[in-house]
Amino acid sequence: MTSHHTGEMPAIRYNFAYLDEQTKRMIRRAILKAIAIPGYQVPFAAREMPMPYGWGTGGVQVTAAVLGPHDVLKVIDQGADDTTNAVAIRGFFEKTAGVATTTATAEATIIQTRHRIPETPLGEEQILVYQVPIPEPLRFLEPRETETRQLHALEEYGLMHVKLYEDIARHGHIATTYAYPVEVAGRYVMDPSPIPKFDNPKMDDCPALQLFGAGREKRIYAIPPHTRVRSLDFEDHPFAVQRFAKPCALCAASGVYLDEVILDDRGGRMFVCSDTDYCAGRQAQGHRGEMAAPAAGQALDVMPGLDPGIHGVPPVLPAQGVDGRDKPGHDGVSDRVGGAGGMP
Amino acid sequence: MQELARGFADPVLEAQDVFRAAMRALSRPGRPQRLVTELAPPAPLTPEAAALALALCDYETPVFLDATLAAERAVGDFLAFHTGAPITADPGEARFAFISNPLEMLDFSAFAPGSPEFPDASTTLVLQITGFTGRGLSLEGPGIKGRIGFGAAPLPAGFAARMAANRALFPRGVDLLLAGAGEVAGLPRSTIVGED
Repeated sequence: MTSHHTGEMPAIRYNFAYLDEQTKRMIRRAILKAIAIPGYQVPFAAREMPMPYGWGTGGVQVTAAVLGPHDVLKVIDQGADDTTNAVAIRGFFEKTAGVATTTATAEATIIQTRHRIPETPLGEEQILVYQVPIPEPLRFLEPRETETRQLHALEEYGLMHVKLYEDIARHGHIATTYAYPVEVAGRYVMDPSPIPKFDNPKMDDCPALQLFGAGREKRIYAIPPHTRVRSLDFEDHPFAVQRFAKPCALCAASGVYLDEVILDDRGGRMFVCSDTDYCAGRQAQGHRGEMAAPAAGQALDVMPGLDPGIHGVPPVLPAQGVDGRDKPGHDGVSDRVGGAGGMP
Repeated sequence: MQELARGFADPVLEAQDVFRAAMRALSRPGRPQRLVTELAPPAPLTPEAAALALALCDYETPVFLDATLAAERAVGDFLAFHTGAPITADPGEARFAFISNPLEMLDFSAFAPGSPEFPDASTTLVLQITGFTGRGLSLEGPGIKGRIGFGAAPLPAGFAARMAANRALFPRGVDLLLAGAGEVAGLPRSTIVGED
């Protein structure tokens, strides 16, 4: 620092991980209670963060309260390490906490995520931090917080079953494809955040600790490791995840969640892994999808050589209910309303 | 006037480290987690219990001390100075309760269980124990794969029955952190405790 006598502004210094210590203690106490009451939304005094609501302020506060100097942080936005939100949050913690970051799921001790659970299975020592736009699963069925709080207190979840039933009445199946409600440890109905329902089964008996932070709505909730997480359904309409007609066009993985990529204005499209780390890892191992760069030794970017002019690709139509939206970035409230089917 | 024992040498990183131990303890009930601290608080407050207090308590969290701790004025002074937490004689309004003598601890019903709407507004009890035995009790519930054995000493008579009564209140109830030498284990309200 040479700024003492030159009149320059001194370099800005932050407390470790940006937040002040009292805020961290308050968040930490909320996290401990959230763990003790799995699926229950603990109110907390969310702070203003140096990013707008909807860009992960809840997840960032949870990560900042949990993070230590020896942690290795990974941040994903809809499965991708390289989108604006993920890059910005990773940079935020590199700058304010000086922690190591990674894109490799297996190397991370803390993974902050927006709307996906990584394909690589998580381990005992890992913590998954979800960014949550609307934490209240009943919010679009009952707008009053006082009422939804009563419904949770009374374990009265009939409204949610009516909503799922209306899906069946209208569409013949449960048309909710993301933010699909779950029951945690046999008690609380919880919004898993807008992950595709494809990811719901990964929450059940997960060896990692799962923490959820909603900054605008000021709620924290948690699923301890090895906790029963059941997606709501009916005996005659059991819960089922999306299936895809073809494997990933780049790494040939099947049984993973795929994003639809539009290639041209003639209907050309491809389906590729939403989890970029998983996809890159498989390509590095030599797996090749039908649209991957042909020879080894070439650059293994996530989408090598994609020519926007390619067309005549056979349409790859997924099975029912695939939420192929790819909206990296932020979560406005309106992001949630449409896709979940008929709201009463 | 006695000299005041010092707090964390590095308040930021030590508080984070102690919190992580507490978080691991509550998310993996009954599995003791490493909690090492250099604190030397006034007796009978133990270093591990003091570390939890300094990491988690502040002006927002009324603290209750059991009779043995409350009898030692230096303990209250130490906690009040380093955390700023108000010391309360009413266990029902305490957010944290520190118990140095678990054998004579108050019944859980004396502490705040939270309300059906806000079950998080409940007391967290920090029990000072001498060690973990790994048997005597069986635990199952969130955070536990299957069922595990657990034991700690000293624990009051009828401990399993007390925990069962606490579990019956779920989602209300108190949560326990058991602080032994160099270790902390959690027994959140969600854990089902039985006799082994």
